[in-house]
Amino acid sequence: MFPFNFEWAWDIPHLVFHGALWYVLSIVGLGLTYCIIKSAVDTFREEDKGDNH
Amino acid sequence: METTPLIPQGVKRCSKLQFSLWMAVAVAVLLWGVYAMYLVWFKGLNQTNMNDAYGFALWIWADLAVIALGGGAFFTGFLTYIIGKDKLKNIINYAVIIGFICYSSALLILAIDIGQPLRGWFIFWHANEHSMLTEVAFCLSCYFGVLTIEFLPTIFENPKLDKIPFLHHLSHNMHSIMAVFAATGVFLSFFHQGSLGGVAGVLFGRPFSYREGINVWPWTFFLFTWSAAACGPCFTILITWITEKLTRKKLVKDDVIQLLAKISGWMLATYIIAKIADTLYWAMVTAPSMGFNLMDFYTNNPVYGIWILILEIVICGIVPAAILITRKGRESKFLLMLAVVLAVVGVCVNRWVMVLQTLAVPVVPFEEWFMYAPSWQEVATTILPVAYGVIVISLAHRYLPVFPQERELNPSN
Repeated sequence: MFPFNFEWAWDIPHLVFHGALWYVLSIVGLGLTYCIIKSAVDTFREEDKGDNH
Repeated sequence: METTPLIPQGVKRCSKLQFSLWMAVAVAVLLWGVYAMYLVWFKGLNQTNMNDAYGFALWIWADLAVIALGGGAFFTGFLTYIIGKDKLKNIINYAVIIGFICYSSALLILAIDIGQPLRGWFIFWHANEHSMLTEVAFCLSCYFGVLTIEFLPTIFENPKLDKIPFLHHLSHNMHSIMAVFAATGVFLSFFHQGSLGGVAGVLFGRPFSYREGINVWPWTFFLFTWSAAACGPCFTILITWITEKLTRKKLVKDDVIQLLAKISGWMLATYIIAKIADTLYWAMVTAPSMGFNLMDFYTNNPVYGIWILILEIVICGIVPAAILITRKGRESKFLLMLAVVLAVVGVCVNRWVMVLQTLAVPVVPFEEWFMYAPSWQEVATTILPVAYGVIVISLAHRYLPVFPQERELNPSN
């Protein structure tokens, strides 16, 4: 799973297989992180607006 | 009938007493399954009727079947978010919930089946890149994560949770990039549905399931993905119809169901043509080249006759496809439901054949057929996900705004 595992080898099957896995995990992770950060920003902005009124 | 702040506005649900009684029945069945699960984990796989001939048995069939039936989530998501069939937004929430139940059930069954669940992480950490099942494990786990992400906005839309500003915004923001998650889900589904078929197709020592193909992918790889995309939406339609009957309410407009049924019908029709071509080539070329005739796989045993092939391809393949691709067939409620039930049964029979019959067929002349009947522990743990599904669907229907058209279709609420 990781290059520091003893059975890891720098060959095509490892790169394709694990490359696809980490690619997918990165997209899902980044998408989720974007949503969480944007939601936090939106919430704080909304609270600020509420305080100003 | 009563309305509480937890229940979405503008809809009515049954009383707490009725709901509690209904849930009590489901929980009782669930507990029976949990007890069997406890026995398997505590005492080991000797609680099953698996043996040297059946390393894969009822659980793996159940796994393959629920994954195929849960395919409605990825294919409806693909049609909604990637192809742009906006009408399907009225059923996508339910398709996702059904998919979530199917995939979490598949993972639960696998956790029981591996016998040593504490070592479940080995397949990720010590991955065998040459195994189709490693790809299945990777894609299955990742796709379950994606389905959870797709399910979360619906949970956050519960009236009480929606009042929390952060969750309200999170739900909105997750909806806004749902196409990214849906596309990832389609990618993952294509490969794990296919690899499940590939597992049977690459068994060159078992002429019943072995298939030729393209490069490392046998034809079964593509047939499994195709059949899941065709029959998964049929399962979504079937569960929606059952929910409507139980709640005595119309939840989704007919045109939405008609559209999904039509697309499903054409997928099923093209799939069954490919399946017939695959079966003919296997029966006339592949199996004879390995020293077998077609009827060797369907005689000299008490269960598997040629009827199972006719059931899978003709009765549960050609018939539902013919109904679903014709307007008259789709518009008749009886024929529509007959077709979706047959399609669902058909994909389950296909998975049974590719797992259980594959293992039953003798591969050398001096062997007899290997027959198998599951133990009650295997049956109970296979029924467990059904009870779990009933509980999740009941809770989701009661407390979440799953069906956007419900208020419009039931104005007396």
